Amino acid sequence: MQLKPYARILAVALSLAFVAGCSSSGGTQDGSMDGTRSGSGSGAAGSGVSGSQVGGTGFGSGNGTASQEADGRIPEQRTIYFEFDSDRIRSEFESVLAAHARYLSENGSTRVVLQGHTDERGTREYNMALGERRARSVERFLSVQGVSPSQIEVVSYGEERPAARGQNEDAYAQNRRVVFAY
Amino acid sequence: MKALITSWLTVLLLMFSGLAQANLTIEITRGSDRATPVAVVPFAGGEEFPEDVAQVIHDNLERSGYFDPLPRRQMLDRPSESDEVRYGDWRGLDVRYLVVGRASREGDGYRLRYELMDVSGERRMLGEVVTADQDELRGAAHYISDQIFEAVTGIRGAFQTRIAYVTSQGVGDDMQFTLYVADADGGNSQQVLSSREPILSPAWSPDGRRLAYVSFETERPAIYIQDLASGQRVRATSFQGINGAPAWSPDGRRLAMSLSKDGNPEIYVMDIASRSFDRVTNNSSIDTEPAWSPDGRSLLFTSDRSGGPQLYRHDFASGEQERLTFTGGYNARGRFSPDGESVFLVHRSSDGFQVARQDLDSGRLVVLSESHFDESPSVAPNGTMVIFATRQGGDGVLGAVTADGRASFRLPSASGDVREPAWSPFLN
Repeated sequence: MQLKPYARILAVALSLAFVAGCSSSGGTQDGSMDGTRSGSGSGAAGSGVSGSQVGGTGFGSGNGTASQEADGRIPEQRTIYFEFDSDRIRSEFESVLAAHARYLSENGSTRVVLQGHTDERGTREYNMALGERRARSVERFLSVQGVSPSQIEVVSYGEERPAARGQNEDAYAQNRRVVFAY
Repeated sequence: MKALITSWLTVLLLMFSGLAQANLTIEITRGSDRATPVAVVPFAGGEEFPEDVAQVIHDNLERSGYFDPLPRRQMLDRPSESDEVRYGDWRGLDVRYLVVGRASREGDGYRLRYELMDVSGERRMLGEVVTADQDELRGAAHYISDQIFEAVTGIRGAFQTRIAYVTSQGVGDDMQFTLYVADADGGNSQQVLSSREPILSPAWSPDGRRLAYVSFETERPAIYIQDLASGQRVRATSFQGINGAPAWSPDGRRLAMSLSKDGNPEIYVMDIASRSFDRVTNNSSIDTEPAWSPDGRSLLFTSDRSGGPQLYRHDFASGEQERLTFTGGYNARGRFSPDGESVFLVHRSSDGFQVARQDLDSGRLVVLSESHFDESPSVAPNGTMVIFATRQGGDGVLGAVTADGRASFRLPSASGDVREPAWSPFLN
């Protein structure tokens, strides 16, 4: 029982290293600040940070989702959120992604659409591209965990479908997201 | 900055009686802080008409940024033809140009007679009789505005053009998107398409008859081309991934666009008749928001290949791609001016996102708009104005600014968020 979490930590850390390595072509920038590429561009920092946090907070919810998987249902949490200027998977959502990866692996005929969204800052078509980058970041995570590419489709909505209205950081944070649509 | 630029223009004039032509030399003072004073007198006989023709002309001229129309309450009298004009009174009010007219019904439609006078020269510059069908009164006012604008400035008027724009209402999964086409002053709007899924990036064909746009109505993005008169449309592309940012070539035969079918967004050019594609960019960055140069020889586009979004130009002959913008870390969605000498774009500064103009020769960038959430600049076909999306009290509205930034205004907003204005080409 002690070993299993560490095996999963390793898997998650490897996934993150792979994801970070793939997303080397610039950050997901909702209204990029000054052209800085904090976050996703720096692969080492991305995996390092997540590796250290997984063992801490990440697995409380991980156990919860594991019990959901046991009865074969789609994991309940279907939205994950992103930092400003980033397509990096935040550590608190790794367990959510792992639960979806497991569900999809165990249900090989199930398909999911990963809907990528950005906040409203910046131009619309450029944000369309940034939303796609965010959804592809999730797609890579799932692929590394063994989900077949044929089960996943990426659709970016850019800034067109905000979850919250308003020109403030609270609304922006709710809008920077990827939704699992089964 | 305060220096006034004076230019002398020779304008060919259409005289009122008959079609006699005369060359006149007109002085225009185009100052950074001064518009030409003009007075548009209410047309006699049109008091009960559904549209106040003189007011429409007044508003058009004022919004152009080139004119400063005299408020009606300051008018000492209201002549309706040139013979009644007491030039000294208007000179006393510092009016340079005067528009008078008479309106009457003719059959089911209208008959409008107008004259334009140069007050200091005490000369009639322009006169014409215009007839309009019942529902074309505003159109006639826009036509007259075009004639006046060109007679005084030497620049072709763009008041008879139209704008396309998108509205949205609601939030999250419960939204309604609508694509409209309206007169350039926001009036006479007509719905083109309405959907619960996003609609974006409307683009006019060069002949003004069709719109290309992106619609998610199948729950995936696809580019459509719609004929405005018939409403008929075709789906041009529906590849896996992004189908975005359609842009017509100047000859109307090709569409540039951004497609991510090969993994990440790249610029492609589609031949509309054959549906064949040429790939323009090939790298691991985002490449999107293409726009054609007026001569069709190059494409402007946004790429983050340097780390953040900047504008690049692809030259079709050489295949070379050159970075154009270096001021600040965010420059995107460029559009050429009609003369091809500058680009209008979205620029991020410490004040947020604003519409800016960059001169291509000097590379100098000038911020034109004043809000924090300005985007989607679209240039009038005569190059004098840029319409864009901005925010007012949290709602999306349309704004416009003169190409030199000296005058700006907002358009009356419909309900919901209004955004993504696209200015039509000349339609007449």
